Amino acid sequence: MSETGNASIAESGGPIVASGDWTLEHIGHLAALCESLKRRVGADTRVDAARLGRIDTAGASFLLDLADKDPARIDVADDATRKLIAAVARAGNAPAAKSRRKDAGFLASVANIGAALEGFWDNTVALIGFIGLILSAFSRNALLPRRWRMTSTISHIEQTGLNALPIVALLCFLVGAVVAFLGATVLKEFGASLFTVELVGYSFLREFGVLLTAIMVAGRSGSAFTAQIGSMKAREEIDAIRTLGLEPVDVLVMPRVIALLVSMPILTLVGMLAGIIGGAAVCVLTLDISPLMFVTRLHETTTVRHFWVGMSKAPIFAFLIAAIGCLEGFKVSGSAESVGSHTTSSVVQSIFVVILIDALAAIFFMEINL
Amino acid sequence: MSAADPVIRIRGLRNQFGDQVVHENLDLDVQRGEIIGVVGGSGSGKSVLLRSIIGLGHPAAGSIRLFGEEVTTMSEARRTLVERRCGVLFQNGALFSSLTVAENVSVALTEHHDLDTSIVNRLALLKIALAGLPLDAADKFPSQLSGGMVKRAALARSLALDPDILFLDEPTAGLDPIGAAAFDQLILTLRDSLGLTVFLITHDLDTLYTICDRVAVLAQKRILVADSLDVVETFDEAWIRQYFQGPRGRAASRAVNLPFAPPPAGR
Repeated sequence: MSETGNASIAESGGPIVASGDWTLEHIGHLAALCESLKRRVGADTRVDAARLGRIDTAGASFLLDLADKDPARIDVADDATRKLIAAVARAGNAPAAKSRRKDAGFLASVANIGAALEGFWDNTVALIGFIGLILSAFSRNALLPRRWRMTSTISHIEQTGLNALPIVALLCFLVGAVVAFLGATVLKEFGASLFTVELVGYSFLREFGVLLTAIMVAGRSGSAFTAQIGSMKAREEIDAIRTLGLEPVDVLVMPRVIALLVSMPILTLVGMLAGIIGGAAVCVLTLDISPLMFVTRLHETTTVRHFWVGMSKAPIFAFLIAAIGCLEGFKVSGSAESVGSHTTSSVVQSIFVVILIDALAAIFFMEINL
Repeated sequence: MSAADPVIRIRGLRNQFGDQVVHENLDLDVQRGEIIGVVGGSGSGKSVLLRSIIGLGHPAAGSIRLFGEEVTTMSEARRTLVERRCGVLFQNGALFSSLTVAENVSVALTEHHDLDTSIVNRLALLKIALAGLPLDAADKFPSQLSGGMVKRAALARSLALDPDILFLDEPTAGLDPIGAAAFDQLILTLRDSLGLTVFLITHDLDTLYTICDRVAVLAQKRILVADSLDVVETFDEAWIRQYFQGPRGRAASRAVNLPFAPPPAGR
């Protein structure tokens, strides 16, 4: 097996004798050794490496330390070693690199807050500008059926709508059941268990159906938009689209926006129904409300305006999720890491915007007594 | 193994994807310290051959010996040890895009050896300098580098563990002629000074003529001929004739043989 590299000075002023293997496996030991020997190296100390075992670039780099970076001061046995040492010397024994540590002081954290705020403002401006771009592309193409990208649009409807149906339905069903359980438990105290029906109906028609769907779509399709457009951006495909005389917003963004505008209302409808069915299931199984009673009660107490309040938000959410997803995709630069961070940012922004708009809409609808 | 044994020894290699047979009965020996250039038409399976040798592909049949050890049946632990003796430069560099150049080079050093950060940094910078990159490239990300610098950074990473064999997949593709010539010289220098064996896939005829000791021609699913250029050039096969006697081949040959060689015969 290999013998650990060694070096020693036999007599004062004499040469440093290096022996053993000067290779990467032993480099920790060799580095310490060189550090201690360096203090005893004079201006003309030679290094006798004739009895050296194996040597590689790492070993040669440290051997050169002993010879004050001068390959001529190292005596070697064979030509190959001489060449290796010469090559390493030419490459230069570089000093250790400065570390890229960040300043973590108070001023730096204030600066970070400032940078974050500025980033938020820039994001908002960029999003509003991008929405403008989409709207202008929409008006430019609306009357030219030849420019409608039907194949692409329908493919996106399939991916974002049809393929999302099962998971949206399941999610809403489960949340519907949970809401009914909560309602039943609390309302039983007042002897008003029957009001569980209204609770489930109102909450799913007005809020939960569209909100849960939007969150699902943001996580599922918004992120996919960012990743798709982002990796195209990273591979210069967006630039290629431009040089072919096409408009990336027309080619990539319009089909996705229109697809979500079609899918979201359908998914929302399914979400509302699944939530109400989930609630009904709990009512039937634990509250002794028969299915017929549930439907009758729902029919009597819930007017269709609740449905429209919920449904009116679906296209708005769809538009915003698609716009944010595509915009984040266009912001991607070069690396794979950038695709990842923008995908995350796309989902976080979409969900934030959806909940914010939903809250504002709730106040709005309340104020106008809808 | 003795010094005379081939470093890579391939016998009866067969690679196939579904019904499509890429290699059939392929034999090849690579000797220690030589630079062997592998040429072949697009889709002839050069990269597949490389991937088989370094253990990334799974051949359907045949034997591949690296440093005298059978790669195809090797245990995972042995394979890791053998892989550390191989440096690979992928066609597009395959640098980790979220790491700087210096970090790219350091990955293998920190993973395989228990070293101080200062030593790792120092060795990484040494490899970067050996690969001919300026030191200020060390803190850049791959997306900030030009094509030629990406190749050099990838070369620095492949040299990180001081490999015995260097596998290069089209190292000069996409470089300008000056950059490509410099890269050729760099490989030659590294081979001479570090004693590397170089397995080189290339379409670049200038590379073949200036640095390769032997050239292996991959055609008809096997290595037709693997020999010095004078032998390969005159080998009687349609594809090889076209390759070396075509306008580009003649120009590259003239450039190397000037002013001693007479103008190529024919025409």
